[in-house]
Amino acid sequence: MLNDADRIYTNLYGWESFSLNDARKRGDWDNTKDILGKGRDWIIEEMKKSGLRGRGGAGFPTGMKWSFMPKEVKDRPHYLVINGDESEPGTCKDREILRHEPHKLIEGALIAAFAMQAHTAVIYVRGEFYDEASNLHKAILEARDAGLLGKNAAGSGWDFDIILHRGGGAYICGEETAMLESIEGKKGQPRNKPPFPAASGLYSCPTTINNVETIASVPAILRRGGAWFAGLGKDEKNTGTKLFCISGHVNNPCVVEEEMGIPMRELIEKHAGGVRGGWDNLKAVIPGGSSCPLLPKQICDTVLMDFDSLRAVQSGLGTAGLIVMDQSTDIVYAIARLSYFYMHESCGQCTPCREGTGWMWRMMMRLVKGNATIEEIDQLLDVSKEIEGHTICAHGDASAWPIQGLMRHFRNEVEDRIHAYRKAAKAA
Amino acid sequence: MKKSTALNAPFQPASFAFRDVTKVREIIARYPKGRDQSAIMPLLDLAQRQVGEDGLKSAKPYGGWIPRAAMDEVAKLCGVAPMKVYEVATFYSMYNLEPVGKYLLQFCTTTPCWLCNASGVLQAAEKHLGIHVGDTTDDGYFTIMEVECLGACSNAPMVQINDHYYEDLTPEKMVEILKSFRQDVIPPSGPQNGRKGSMSIAGPTSLMDQAKKAGVI
Repeated sequence: MLNDADRIYTNLYGWESFSLNDARKRGDWDNTKDILGKGRDWIIEEMKKSGLRGRGGAGFPTGMKWSFMPKEVKDRPHYLVINGDESEPGTCKDREILRHEPHKLIEGALIAAFAMQAHTAVIYVRGEFYDEASNLHKAILEARDAGLLGKNAAGSGWDFDIILHRGGGAYICGEETAMLESIEGKKGQPRNKPPFPAASGLYSCPTTINNVETIASVPAILRRGGAWFAGLGKDEKNTGTKLFCISGHVNNPCVVEEEMGIPMRELIEKHAGGVRGGWDNLKAVIPGGSSCPLLPKQICDTVLMDFDSLRAVQSGLGTAGLIVMDQSTDIVYAIARLSYFYMHESCGQCTPCREGTGWMWRMMMRLVKGNATIEEIDQLLDVSKEIEGHTICAHGDASAWPIQGLMRHFRNEVEDRIHAYRKAAKAA
Repeated sequence: MKKSTALNAPFQPASFAFRDVTKVREIIARYPKGRDQSAIMPLLDLAQRQVGEDGLKSAKPYGGWIPRAAMDEVAKLCGVAPMKVYEVATFYSMYNLEPVGKYLLQFCTTTPCWLCNASGVLQAAEKHLGIHVGDTTDDGYFTIMEVECLGACSNAPMVQINDHYYEDLTPEKMVEILKSFRQDVIPPSGPQNGRKGSMSIAGPTSLMDQAKKAGVI
């Protein structure tokens, strides 16, 4: 278990106020000028050393992402965009940072923007997070008043400010290029890549998009050193600490910061009070937010919570939002409900996703009742394969994976349901 | 995706003007020069809030929504064709295209909330108010909507009422909250089971020194 001394988010639960005074007492904004004084190359090198991988789901190495930005600023300004459109079912971690630790995010934004030579960062907060955006807004005003933002931010000689942009209630805006469209005042429909945002992003300018948790972790990493962060976690590719969100059938659902690579069972039992009715009452866990395929109990018994361990069992760490389901769960409906989510949130741009998510939901709803034939299971998987990889963004993939995971591990249950339905129909 | 014919409906007012002109200017000035289109979303939000303020004073109350005339006004202010604003207003789920109740109840029923009896909470509200999802009560007080994940999964089940989250609900608690709103007494938002934020209800499992300092343990 992670030592309290190694935890980054010491005000995770909002025991103290989020305001600048209390944040300073927690170590935020402590000599930020010195960190910037070490130069951009040092910052990026240290981030690479830390092994930090993007905390928004895809797990791309942060230092490397920053190094993709043009080395020199030419005619177009550079932008940093921070993704706080947290909407993946099962995920509620950025919310805690936005409302309880906004100064970590603002300080991280200054450092990251300096490293990529951006004078402006846009923080995109999902529209429903009204109270969270209010806290962040107040924190930004405090930082401006204290000279930590604006001209010569924090005495570093770098001019930097933040635009807070609230979303309008569209999951797809969490996709990085849809987010850029949304900031530009358009429908949130993802863009084709290339060009990648580092070449042409917000307002066609070089842009890097990072998750809230990624950026908020930056000041602690640079203060304590990349080696400190890299020393935590499972191995050199899965380093550091991570905010885990535990929801569903556990005794004490919570958000908690833990070490990357903690065994899933330990995480659930130590922090969430265990599975309702005991570990043996567990049916399945969706380990990383809704798009990650579920894992049945026998895998959950031993699996570790990190990017590569979860990939090895054909799932993923994603956003580290664990959705725990006990034996009483109608697992087919649980996944069908996610299919509805993906149908509802499809932006409608690509045909396979716009039409396919609806097909899949309708087929899933028939499978919930068992009103289908066995062949239709394969047909459904076939449809999911036709969507996966055939769309501009990963929304299509994300809609296909939960269904594929269900059939991989619980196909028997779906088949039983079909047999039972047919038997009952015959008897009637 | 939303589908609506509301943009041409008879209840649309003929005109709309922003009351807080300073705020409008401040919003447009937030974005880089020449990028006024970026202000569409915050201006739509402002328009919705202004309509909601009017609704509070109306004999039969109503909540915030965005008339088509307001969209046209936003288009003018941002220097874009009205269609650009209609596209945005119809794409995002938070912009109400038609009148709603004074208190807009948005129930999350996505899987994490569903696992924690979101259906029971929603049904309790429907039964108590005598309306279904999509309807508004006759007195103009409540509209029920079913929405997708609101990102408070560790505090499931939950409902968003206007701007605020009510979390860790039970069907009984939900009815209590609705009774309070009906009297125009706004109950405190956040977890309704006595816990703080997203900390385990059994007490902290980490940050022990901080917890002691804060008097949590």
